Amino acid sequence: MEKRVVFRSSPLPYLLVLPQLAVTAVFFLWPASQALYQSLLIEDPFGLSTEFVWFENFENLFADPLYIGSFWTTAYFSAAVTALSLGLALLLAVMADRVVKGAMTYKTLLIWPYAVAPAIAGVLWLFLFNPSIGLVAYYLKIVGYNWNHVLNGGEAMLLVVIAAAWKQVSYNFLFFLAGLQAIPKSLIEAAAIDGAGPVRRFWTIVFPLLSPTTFFLLVVNLVYAFFDTFGIIHAVTKGGPGKATEILVYKVYSDGFVGLDLGGSAAQSVILMAIVVGLTVIQFRFIERRVHY
Amino acid sequence: MVENRRWLNLLSHAILLLGIGVLAFPIYVTFVASTVEMRDIIRPPLPLVPGPHFIDNYSEALTRGVAQASGSPVALMLWNSLVMALAIAIGKIVISLLSAFAIVYFRFPLRMLCFWTIFITLMLPVEVRILPTFKVVADLGMLNSHAGLAIPLIASATATFLFRQFFLTIPDELVEAARMDGAGPLRFFNDILLPLTRTNVAALFVILFIYGWNQYLWPLLITTDASMTTIVMGINRMIAPSEDQTNWPVVMATTMLAMLPPIIVVVTMQRLFVKGLVETEK
Amino acid sequence: MRLNRNAILLAAALSFAGSFAQPAAAATEIQFWHAFTGPLGEILAKQVEGFNASESDYQVVAVYKGNYSEALNAGVAAFRAKQQPHILQVFEVGTATMMAAKGAVNPVFEVMKAGGETFDPAVYLPTVTGYYTDLEGNMLSMPYNSSTPVLYYNKEAFQAAGLDPESPPKTWQEFGAALDALQASGSVCPFTTTWQSWVHLENFSAWHNVPFATQANGFGGLDTTLVFNGPTQVRHIQQLGDWARDGKFVYGGRRNESGARFNSGECAMLTESSAGYASIKAQTEFDFGVSSLPYWDDADGAPQNTIIGGASLWVLTGHPQEEYEGVAKFFSYLSSPEVQAEWHQQTGYLPITHAAYDLTKEQGFYEQNPGTETALIQMTAKAPTENSKGVRLGSFDQIRGIIDEELEAVWAGTKSAQEALDSAVERGNVLLRRFERANN
Repeated sequence: MEKRVVFRSSPLPYLLVLPQLAVTAVFFLWPASQALYQSLLIEDPFGLSTEFVWFENFENLFADPLYIGSFWTTAYFSAAVTALSLGLALLLAVMADRVVKGAMTYKTLLIWPYAVAPAIAGVLWLFLFNPSIGLVAYYLKIVGYNWNHVLNGGEAMLLVVIAAAWKQVSYNFLFFLAGLQAIPKSLIEAAAIDGAGPVRRFWTIVFPLLSPTTFFLLVVNLVYAFFDTFGIIHAVTKGGPGKATEILVYKVYSDGFVGLDLGGSAAQSVILMAIVVGLTVIQFRFIERRVHY
Repeated sequence: MVENRRWLNLLSHAILLLGIGVLAFPIYVTFVASTVEMRDIIRPPLPLVPGPHFIDNYSEALTRGVAQASGSPVALMLWNSLVMALAIAIGKIVISLLSAFAIVYFRFPLRMLCFWTIFITLMLPVEVRILPTFKVVADLGMLNSHAGLAIPLIASATATFLFRQFFLTIPDELVEAARMDGAGPLRFFNDILLPLTRTNVAALFVILFIYGWNQYLWPLLITTDASMTTIVMGINRMIAPSEDQTNWPVVMATTMLAMLPPIIVVVTMQRLFVKGLVETEK
Repeated sequence: MRLNRNAILLAAALSFAGSFAQPAAAATEIQFWHAFTGPLGEILAKQVEGFNASESDYQVVAVYKGNYSEALNAGVAAFRAKQQPHILQVFEVGTATMMAAKGAVNPVFEVMKAGGETFDPAVYLPTVTGYYTDLEGNMLSMPYNSSTPVLYYNKEAFQAAGLDPESPPKTWQEFGAALDALQASGSVCPFTTTWQSWVHLENFSAWHNVPFATQANGFGGLDTTLVFNGPTQVRHIQQLGDWARDGKFVYGGRRNESGARFNSGECAMLTESSAGYASIKAQTEFDFGVSSLPYWDDADGAPQNTIIGGASLWVLTGHPQEEYEGVAKFFSYLSSPEVQAEWHQQTGYLPITHAAYDLTKEQGFYEQNPGTETALIQMTAKAPTENSKGVRLGSFDQIRGIIDEELEAVWAGTKSAQEALDSAVERGNVLLRRFERANN
């Protein structure tokens, strides 16, 4: 989409984009290119001895079943977070759209988790499910379920999924609610006159009309689960137990910052960057008009 | 409402209340945990009513608890977080407004290159390029400064993209009218575009303020001076101490303090926030 | 008014912080990056204050840089950006990384010599300094906080199970019998551990005088390979796995999370660092005892001696020579018997000098606090062998992560001990080869 009417070109537009380009170049492009170069090196942490190895770091990565495993973990995690947070948000939005009394209050009480930092969200849930002291873990034990996410990979995954979805529900709720409120009431009334019950009306009219919102949220949530959940994983499981919750972004961090393997970590960064660029292009091509941040 | 079925309304309210309960439960437990002693916490179950140690724990968090972890009192950390969050929010909004304006309302050579250069930074997390970025900041002598905390994080395309989307929805007639009145691009920007964008700026401000406030890894790396510590990194440091047991009551008190400002911003600016957030999507 | 008082406190704290931010212009500033929070951080701050008060030419500025991994990363990143501190606290698993970084590290023995400080390696406890000493006997970093794992047990739980609270299990065989008794008496968690790799593989190997890695556990060179999948270790891990299956051993996390379960009375026995003493004493409401780590009495050479964990202080290069004189002065101060003895008694960390050990004995500390000498006796009972000087491996932090993952599979019952340890050795060796290559 382009503007038909524009101002005449002059030095002005360059001056206007300059601040952003400068910041981008200095703090994004240059470091990113450094990461690219780094990914071709094997180097000690202090940068005292360096060997140029071409693509060996990448070859090692793709020969490593654990790295491939991390892809699957990421896919599984992202899908679960997206499904859970979208499902819950849609349910709540449909209900909030129905009620007349107190709708505003409900909205206020449902949006605030948006403001909580991912790392802090992780801490909150970790505290609830802590096998030693957590309240939920305690009551689960009483009903006969021995919760121990430090040992059980499935439980660990469930916990980080819950924490990540919890934080994202508010955001999705707002968009679903707006989407619902934009649906003309006359359409729904017409269907009601035809004798369609509320459930049927939802699936035949409301849900299809919501699909642009849903698709938009799908992409946003996937990106969220891919990258922004780092703080949650870091606070709750540190990728464990085993490799059960080691998503790609966390692996970049743990190889680079814990393992001090700069080359290998940089190679992973480059792969992630490629994924991001890919996602960006998809987003731009297919849902351009829907994107917003 | 199409119909008024009593049970359906009741069900709606019930589900909403349940949803609110589930969302709020972790925070409530956190609050309770911030009002008891460590010995109450290590002997589960944690009581479901607040304990008597509210003042002790919060004053320890404010005056000592976090200070132990980072060498700076919590008031200073809140101040640093505030400065960083404001600088990031305002900085992003300013540079993005300008560049979005240039990209939408001008045709100039390399326009698409500029656009893509900015655009490609969309969504790329700081985590994956943090070491080289650190070096750049160090070379520029920006370690331990509010500038170093904020400026590298304003290099993101999200705001630019949002403003671009919004500008595209503004009727071309406005530009034509402005041009007919003899207004130059800067006049147009200042007198017409900015007032129209106010809601979006407010909405974006809320989002970016929270983004800035919640930063963790970046401040952790680039601040070597205790007087630059921010609140979120302060908490994360208290959770996994190197050699000590986690002091949960004080951690939880600090967590409450760290969560409050962004939550207050979202709740008090709710109308603007929701309106702007959703309207930009159209 | 409570609020007002807090406001005043805050204002005072702020001005206090402000006064720290600008030290007297005359004194040279020594940057000291560390990883200590809580009570330990306070004691560290007190040491630094004590030094600064005794010194007019140099002022040490202690900066907390996150936990061990974060502090090391911050140091590495800062070094690459030429913004490194003078002194960096590095945990023991980072030792090989630091040693291999010859151009980045200023060895402590040279710093002390160049600084004109009297420096006699013989005053230090060899089992503590040995971990940080090269093959020629030169001390490369200054041991700071060192501890060794010991066994803590709940005396009341012992009584309830009909066990003698004054004679804790000495061997793992006796330990097994104690577990049976505890479980029979209704304990839901007879035993748990912290730092599983450190306690049950690294220390276990030293304690039983079997190698953890070739080349004297990595002391002999970078071409070391892991060998902790030998029969002694496999037997032990398998036994723990069986106990986990039977509910006698309950796993609580990779770090020290399990400590809380012992402190609450849920778990009856705990293997944990000797430095955990202070927090256990503060949080428990029952009588507890401290005893040395059990051993398998049918294993040859057991018990040998245990090794340390914790962290040491490394001096980074790149600052003017006169500033290193301040570092040397600070290290002399830290090594003085009074500072060391106080540190040892307050924290449960081991003293690093004979003089501090003797001073603590003289002061009657061990009589007043039974069990606190256990760690020292356990470490110094025998002269260390090749297998019990310590473990020095590149990428050790990550190797520990791998060991954690594999052990978790044993506790969960999805792998046998042999499978898990074989896999850990194989995966760890890949990292060792990569490290060797990066540092050649």
